[in-house]
Amino acid sequence: MGEALGLAIGLVLSGDADLAEIVGLSLRVSLTATGLACLIGLPIGALVAIGRFPGRSAVLVLMNALMGLPPVVVGLLVYLQLSRSGPLGFLGLLYTPTAMIVAQTILIAPIVAALSRQVLEDLHVEYAEQFRSLCLTTTQTVQALIWDARYSLLTVGLAGFGRAVAEVGAVIIVGGNIDHLTRVMTTAIALETSKGELALALALGMILLVIALVVNGAVQTIRMSAVRQAHV
Amino acid sequence: MSDAALITPLRAAHAPGPTPLLPLAVRDLTLRFGDTTVLDSVSFDLSPGGCTMIMGPNGAGKSLLLKLLHGLMAPTSGRIDWGGHSAHAATPRQALVFQKPVLLRRSVAANIDFVLKARRKDRARRDALLEHVGLAHKTRQPARLLSGGEAQRLALARALATDPEVLLLDEPTASLDPASILAIETIVAEARARGTRIICVTHDLGQARRMADEVVFLHRGRVAEQARAVDFFPQPRSAAARNYLDGRIVV
Ligand SMILES: Nc1ncnc2c1ncn2[C@@H]1O[C@H](COP(=O)(O)OP(=O)(O)OP(=O)(O)O)[C@@H](O)[C@H]1O
Ligand SMILES: [Mg+2]
Repeated sequence: MGEALGLAIGLVLSGDADLAEIVGLSLRVSLTATGLACLIGLPIGALVAIGRFPGRSAVLVLMNALMGLPPVVVGLLVYLQLSRSGPLGFLGLLYTPTAMIVAQTILIAPIVAALSRQVLEDLHVEYAEQFRSLCLTTTQTVQALIWDARYSLLTVGLAGFGRAVAEVGAVIIVGGNIDHLTRVMTTAIALETSKGELALALALGMILLVIALVVNGAVQTIRMSAVRQAHV
Repeated sequence: MSDAALITPLRAAHAPGPTPLLPLAVRDLTLRFGDTTVLDSVSFDLSPGGCTMIMGPNGAGKSLLLKLLHGLMAPTSGRIDWGGHSAHAATPRQALVFQKPVLLRRSVAANIDFVLKARRKDRARRDALLEHVGLAHKTRQPARLLSGGEAQRLALARALATDPEVLLLDEPTASLDPASILAIETIVAEARARGTRIICVTHDLGQARRMADEVVFLHRGRVAEQARAVDFFPQPRSAAARNYLDGRIVV
């Protein structure tokens, strides 16, 4: 164990090429998925936050339930679509980074939608009467809410990214953990550990921990600067 | 505090609007929440020009009446007629300064910019408006860090930015110091002099005497009295208004 840890630290410090490739792909997949999830989840969250339509409470329940989607289930569903015999099999996306991005987007878009719905609705409760007095259009209202909630929404995005980069169930099913192609941090850790190759697993584990720390540090910094600017 | 750059566009902006919003006719306005009747068959008329003070004890229904007049709520029954327009249709031609100002989480300047942009007004007026309410030195500051009085003045500047034909004010000077009260009264008086119809809720008797042409006195959701200010303050007709002015509790 001590020996493995020493090797792991050596790997990280030496800037090992394999390690860098795995970390790079992880970040690329999870950041892209986060961006896409925000593009999908934010407008949905905003619409549900300010909209009043029949079946709204059912939508709320659904959104909150989807937040807890198990990654393996998402992986399985995407796999069924993308596998050669599936409806989207002709795209040939299975076991590619694109498939991993799709799976992670599906995994975290509900999180972004549900959390931003909460954030925007709280703000809307406060602003709604003033906005109606000013006769703002729905577009103007949504834009103003998103802008004024930007600090909270950033932390929503970071929460989505944190979930994506740490999950293993979805990417391992649709990505297949193929060396130099779809191997990301979490799948590599699972594989290396099962092979007894603890050094690389530990090195990746440390990097994941650092990423988690950085994400949480960023959330904290954003909160503090929001408080400083009386944004809460 | 007055400023030519501010006043000229304001005056020009009064011209549009198909037909005037005044006179206002309110007929049998009733508002109920479940079993509680908060406004009970309220009827009164307001003529064009000047300043009407709406007075009455806490919970009399003054704030809700303003929101109904502004078209933010629908009454349970009754009618509001702004010179032939419904309250809802009149909303864009009015501004309401709420009892508790709701300011955006942005700088002082950005709060004004936002309204000027949303309502397609001349963005260059922002500095004149802030100058007008004495906030020119605070433009960069986050609006939510303003003091109570400064926040009220910013809310008033934002209301004026929309060039309202009717300015509805809900206790615009509650909890302000005497200098701030005077500053706000001066700004309102200037708007009034430019032809803006003022409808203001206040508990401040001195302010009511200084500003009112006319008083509508609400008591328990009903109009207890409507009178010219010169008649009302020396000689209120209703027992409720008499007790209120004497500082006796009438809730
Ligand atoms: N949504 C609501 N549901 C039930 N009752 C309400 C609601 N909103 C207001 N009320 C009640 O209506 C009454 C009138 O409220 P309003 O805010 O108009 O009073 P006000 O005259 O402005 O009082 P104040 O001088 O304290 O500002 C109050 O008794 C209040 O509790
Ligand atoms: Mg009130």
